[in-house]
Amino acid sequence: MLGKTAGGMFWMLRYMERSENTARMIDAGMRMSLTRSSAAESEWTSILTALGLLAEYQQRYDGVDSARVVNFLLRDKSNPGSVMSSVESARTNARMVRTALTREVWEAVNECWMDLKELLARQVGQQDLPDILQIVRQRSAYVRGALAGTMVRNDIYNFARLGTFFERADNTARVLDVKYYILLPSVMHVGSATDNVQWETILRSTSATRAYQTLHENEYNPRDIARFLILDHRLPRSLAFCYRKISDNLDYLARDYGERMPCHQKVGEICARFENTTIDEIFDGGLHEFIMEFLSDSHMLGKQIETDYRFIE
Amino acid sequence: MTKPRPIFDEMTGFSGQPRKPYEKYSEWFSKEEVAHLRRKSARAESLFRLTGITFNVYGVEEATERLIPFDLVPRIITAREWQTLSRGIEQRVRAINAFLHDIYHRQEIIRAGRVPVEMIANNDAFLPEMIGVSPPGNIYTHIVGTDLVRTGENEFYVLEDNARTPSGVSYMLENRETMLHMFPELFSQNRVRGVSHYPRALRRSLSACRPDMTQGHTVVAVLTPGIHNSAYYEHAFLADQMGAELVEGHDLRVVDGRVAMRTTQGYQPIDVIYRRVDDEYLDPLTFNPDSMLGVPGIMDVYRAGGITIANAPGTGIADDKAIYSYMPEIVEFYTGERPILNNVPTWRCSDPEALSYVLDHLDELVVKEVHGSGGYGMLVGPAASKKELSEFRAKLEAKPSNYIAQPTLSLSTVPILASKGLSPRHVDLRPFALASPNGVEIIPGGLTRVALKKGSLVVNSSQGGGTKDTWVLEDE
Repeated sequence: MLGKTAGGMFWMLRYMERSENTARMIDAGMRMSLTRSSAAESEWTSILTALGLLAEYQQRYDGVDSARVVNFLLRDKSNPGSVMSSVESARTNARMVRTALTREVWEAVNECWMDLKELLARQVGQQDLPDILQIVRQRSAYVRGALAGTMVRNDIYNFARLGTFFERADNTARVLDVKYYILLPSVMHVGSATDNVQWETILRSTSATRAYQTLHENEYNPRDIARFLILDHRLPRSLAFCYRKISDNLDYLARDYGERMPCHQKVGEICARFENTTIDEIFDGGLHEFIMEFLSDSHMLGKQIETDYRFIE
Repeated sequence: MTKPRPIFDEMTGFSGQPRKPYEKYSEWFSKEEVAHLRRKSARAESLFRLTGITFNVYGVEEATERLIPFDLVPRIITAREWQTLSRGIEQRVRAINAFLHDIYHRQEIIRAGRVPVEMIANNDAFLPEMIGVSPPGNIYTHIVGTDLVRTGENEFYVLEDNARTPSGVSYMLENRETMLHMFPELFSQNRVRGVSHYPRALRRSLSACRPDMTQGHTVVAVLTPGIHNSAYYEHAFLADQMGAELVEGHDLRVVDGRVAMRTTQGYQPIDVIYRRVDDEYLDPLTFNPDSMLGVPGIMDVYRAGGITIANAPGTGIADDKAIYSYMPEIVEFYTGERPILNNVPTWRCSDPEALSYVLDHLDELVVKEVHGSGGYGMLVGPAASKKELSEFRAKLEAKPSNYIAQPTLSLSTVPILASKGLSPRHVDLRPFALASPNGVEIIPGGLTRVALKKGSLVVNSSQGGGTKDTWVLEDE
């Protein structure tokens, strides 16, 4: 397959995943601002920070208010990270790699774009927001479903999956990075209303609320939340889960092509960090430092994959 | 001005009664409700959008992706009519390939005085870089789209031989898929010849033209200018259907004397490149140095026999509108036969006598730019305003050799589904022919383009044209 096509598959799925993650963050932010309007501003600020869009936002607007942030994150085409821009980028990549896609996958992406283009043509009122956010998540799920149900399991598929898990791990890590301080043991006033809401926001923006409750008998507990999102292999958005998948996908490519590349070494190092660590050790070494290091390694791995498989010249 | 001739309607002839090939369709149609069919038509449109069969419009910011309107009334051709057309097209395609070989080698046709040397020497479409080059299999034009029009029961004319990079074949295929999807019953009532084998035939035909030096599995790639090109959908569609890679210039480079594409495992040589990039942009080292769409050095590889380029560079000399007027001579010269298909009588404005006739009869004629395409830069005399006529007169006088003129043909009509039922509209037909050392293969049917505006003769999609499914019936 062409290197350009590998890159296109990777980015198409990254952008699809991103649109879904951004929708989830908007949902979490909205929930927060409805339940605790006094904290809304700092909540939106941390969401913009987690998405890496705070500077973009501040260039355009003074002050943070819900309606503006929602509009910026959802449908502002001049914001490259908005849901609409992400879906548009996913579709542009899909057009580029059209020959690598089944008709079902192409149509799922194209339909997502057509629907959202119509739904997001005008400002979205508060009353319509939940429905629209649900549609965004659903359309992204359709694409994933079409991919799983119709694509041949070959190198093309593996590059697509790499994109999905890469973006997902990145998103979870960013949420943790912005919120790490409320997970630190030093601020552990267990049971206080403030922290419960904060913790719930973390779980909500990583789609892990229900999973947490199913797997943990006790009340919200920052140590458990951190362990869950970083180390638990059962949670499909945890860093450990995503990296095991990334490692599997890269291993497949190595077997298929009969050659191990520098990226295989790199991914092994990152994975080892999750396998041989406890959450206590992570806290001892510093949660913030752990996440920063992870984000930096992850970025380097991305670059390495791009080089090893010749996405660009 | 001469009295306008009556217009031949392909469904009802001159009589108003359904012609034989349309009998079953007319009977079916009479039992259908127009409102129901209009709903189906809207449904077809949403199918096309979902599939992404759109074309990009240059220079329009919003809504840059548009659909070519599809009309669901088929255009029907009998087995006998098709036999004549396909024989005629095959003859022309053979003649064009022989002409191209001759023009880039001994130029016998010029020595014989059948085509004047100025037609070649002063023509930008003639590529000196191709002199003495023999492409693999000696095929220059691998894919030809011959534009035909009809004026009566047995009167067909060739309007243009598109020998460079004819487009529209994806519409032929998708139109048929859509009709099969929406009206399966019509295909059990009428015996319609299939078209869906086109991508396989194309792949086979291209592979048969691969360079002698290549071995093993033939690697075919489609070269596109990229996703912003107006025909990108078609490029992706054909690559997909052929199982070929879709490449852009920046995916390619010359490696060890071969043109190779950058894959995830390094550079892999290509045997046959079906390029949808114009000659001028093909190789910045040989042609336009600013081109980012081509491959530096591809012409050297080509000349050394390391790759097949389809269609070959320099084929434009054969479908140039000035050369067109010599096609009857060209066919006779190389095949020794009378042309089966007629040319439209053509005045070459470079000739002073012809020019003075054209200027005197401007309001009756169609005047075209010699190198124009897509219906741009064209004057339809009878439909033009006084102002347009006088503007065009000035252009003609300033540069007569840039124009040819033809009588306004009374193009046949086929009905479309209008808001109140059937309504006739002018059509043309572009069948697609594939040439290889194994022969010429013509897919039964082709792309019917229809001028959706009542009375209009311009069928180009960029100017309000639509398309129809084209049926060639099996023998009775």
